[in-house]
Amino acid sequence: MNQAKPFNWLGWSSFASLLLFWEFGARATPKFELYFPPVSRIFSALGQAFAAGSITQHALVTLARFAEGFLLAALLAVLAGVILGYFRFLHSLLATMIELLRPMPSVAIIPVAILLLGIGDGMIVSVTVYASLWPILINTIDGVRNIDATLIDTGRTFGLSRWRILWQIILPGASPFIATGLRIGLSIALILVTTAEMIAGSQGLGFFILDEERAMNSANMYAGIVVVALLGYVLNRLFLMIESRAMKWRHGMIARQAA
Amino acid sequence: MPILDVQSLSKSYRQAGGETTVAIGNITCQVEAGEFVSFVGPSGCGKTTLLMSIAGLLAPSSGRVIVNGKEVSGPPANLVLLFQEYNKSLFAWRSVLGNVRFGLAARGARSTGAAAEDKARELIQLVGLKGFENHYPWELSGGMQQRVAIARALAYEPEVLLMDEPFGSLDALTRLELEDTLLRLWAELKTTILFITHDIEEAIYLSDRIWVLSRRPSQIIQELKSDFSRPRHQVTTRADARFMELRNDIYRQIGNQGAP
Repeated sequence: MNQAKPFNWLGWSSFASLLLFWEFGARATPKFELYFPPVSRIFSALGQAFAAGSITQHALVTLARFAEGFLLAALLAVLAGVILGYFRFLHSLLATMIELLRPMPSVAIIPVAILLLGIGDGMIVSVTVYASLWPILINTIDGVRNIDATLIDTGRTFGLSRWRILWQIILPGASPFIATGLRIGLSIALILVTTAEMIAGSQGLGFFILDEERAMNSANMYAGIVVVALLGYVLNRLFLMIESRAMKWRHGMIARQAA
Repeated sequence: MPILDVQSLSKSYRQAGGETTVAIGNITCQVEAGEFVSFVGPSGCGKTTLLMSIAGLLAPSSGRVIVNGKEVSGPPANLVLLFQEYNKSLFAWRSVLGNVRFGLAARGARSTGAAAEDKARELIQLVGLKGFENHYPWELSGGMQQRVAIARALAYEPEVLLMDEPFGSLDALTRLELEDTLLRLWAELKTTILFITHDIEEAIYLSDRIWVLSRRPSQIIQELKSDFSRPRHQVTTRADARFMELRNDIYRQIGNQGAP
């Protein structure tokens, strides 16, 4: 996990071939240009949009909404998950509701959010929180419930208060599950931010992509998609980097057990 | 005044079918400060339940436990229980040093800084794990993991250390090694130890006194003295004719009860 993986030449060359195929295919069929502008044109549109600063502005707006939504969801879901995992009664009380709401595609909540909150940052952040909350919540609950009773008893025999058992034993004990939940939640948060921006934004990458599509500037539209893709890639990478540091003990343990 | 005073302790469980199982019959016993005492009994005789009750982790059905003059209502501050399952009780996310520091912190001592680190390192050396301070528990063998658990318990500086078959899942040689480590630590730190095992010879080798437990519901059948000179030696102590006599005596008492 910690060693650098060898560079995947095969994977990258097949991706490069796809781009080349796209480039020459698009040039050979000018009548499809609106649908598939040549890759070179997309990248020059991207360059111009960057130079003008407009796309950077949109990207920052999206990033800020994502960060706000994801972090808020993480905080709420971990807190609620620990409480629900710890107190059996509360879990029984809410389990049915969770099981019914969780599988619902979260985008369905967007009209409700617009109705209640109007179109604006608040609405977009709220649906992002709502959607990314579930995987974090479910995984945290599972993680807490998976902790061996002996571990809790160890805390008790060492005279730890409930609060310290929660903080020093349950939270780190459940952390591998929580990390999994956060990783899934992160991807979902990005999806929801972009979608909500398309439906009700006047800024942000989602808005930009849809706006350019409506204006028939397909090169710009694709440029927006490239930026969203990069954003997703970088955020995921960043997350994995932080996770592999924080969970170093866990990865080593799994590697040991597998060996 | 005994440091540990167990008075008419009993524990029963209500089972799923509504039936009541009596795990511990009626146990009364006292341990003096600095003693090493063992319970020895057949497996499934409620030994773990007994120790959990004494440790304040389970509420007894009746009777009471007094540690150093104070009646136990929850886990007492001056007592710690060491579990058999070291792999479940150690903190996988903490290094060896981190696990031992936990013991310091739990007692309310400083767990960070140079002095705490020295203290933790000293304990790690004492249990024979010098050089493994920065390893994680899962990088160590079972015997080494139990050594970490012992160091962590000692960092808490308990007046009474309860041990629930701590060497039960170790191989025979590792077991002998750990018995000697434990005796050395006990002599050095003067902690009171109440030990549970189903290994008769282990109980004789380690203890000052032995309580033989009956099958469930467990009761003390007999108290025996194991007054071999200390320090004890795995070869010579065990070769003593009285050692074998004592072993056979206990074996007959446990074996005479027939199948459960």
